[in-house]
Amino acid sequence: MAGSNVTQNVLDLNRASKDDEVLAEAAKWRESGRKVALATVVKTWGSSPRPAGSQLAVDENGAFVGSVSGGCIEGAVVTEALEVMKTGAPKTLEYGITNELAWEVGLACGGQVRVFVEALD
Amino acid sequence: MKAATLTQLLKDRKAKTPVVLATNLATGAQALVYRNRADGPLAENATVVEAAREAMRDDRSTTVQTTEGEVFLQVFNPPLRMVIVGAVHIAQPLSRMAAVAGYDVTVVDPRGSFATDDRFPGVTLIAEWPDEAMPGLDLDRRTAVVTLTHDPKIDDPGLHVALKSDAFYIGALGSRRTHAGRIERLREAGFNDAEIGRIHGPVGLSLGAVSPAEIAVSILGQITGVLHEKETKAAA
Repeated sequence: MAGSNVTQNVLDLNRASKDDEVLAEAAKWRESGRKVALATVVKTWGSSPRPAGSQLAVDENGAFVGSVSGGCIEGAVVTEALEVMKTGAPKTLEYGITNELAWEVGLACGGQVRVFVEALD
Repeated sequence: MKAATLTQLLKDRKAKTPVVLATNLATGAQALVYRNRADGPLAENATVVEAAREAMRDDRSTTVQTTEGEVFLQVFNPPLRMVIVGAVHIAQPLSRMAAVAGYDVTVVDPRGSFATDDRFPGVTLIAEWPDEAMPGLDLDRRTAVVTLTHDPKIDDPGLHVALKSDAFYIGALGSRRTHAGRIERLREAGFNDAEIGRIHGPVGLSLGAVSPAEIAVSILGQITGVLHEKETKAAA
């Protein structure tokens, strides 16, 4: 029995990480009246952990689902997403270790990533 | 993103319709691009629509430069599919491993006592002959077909359907001698050498696999290699 439970967990994990789950969650949040922004990886260089198309949805309270990196830049992206929700204007962000300060919020893996952030109307 | 665009995108995902979301990174203007049509403000741009369909075929999200600025093309293809002919022992680990690797798995076997939910929990089972069941499955470029029964009565009709389809991978379990016999039968059935050459037989990578699970690894490994068009070493 333990074996099949493990398999089930792996399958659940797989499902949870799929990007349309992120979109479904974003739609649910929006329908419940919350402001929502979407962040999408549009380009990567070097060994970035998440490929182009990876997404993160953020609500007006800063709660988020999904990922645009291995967890290194999500905090910074959430802050930007809250700003985009206020202004309504989309934004393109870049993170990577080319910027020395980027170690603060950057990708320790050595990759570089461009992230598009847009509000959900 | 417009709420209506998101709603449509989620509907397409549910219906397993391949679609590309194109987004102008400067303005946020978008389009949903399908195989045969495109909707939204960006859909007027022929460069965007053409590049989106190429990204869909490559199954790779990418950016493209256009007269209106940089556009991101986000590919939403339905899951890969694996059709397994034969609800046999090897099909059990193979269907589970394939599911973890992201495939929607269908097992076809006319023998109802093999194709049971107890043996294949969570797998789509079709207890029909392959020549009845498989034409309706729309075997496309994102589908792999594997025959596992060793029984020409069941495997061959499945191979006939697969060889007439766009399936990106076709594999047939069986020794070299079994495969030689299979090739003879397919020739008699009117398939040419190029068509028959699409079949990976003996199936799987050369890993020295013995147990059903190991054989499943070698098959899934070969399918992964073919999917990504890497050179792979066939089983000896």
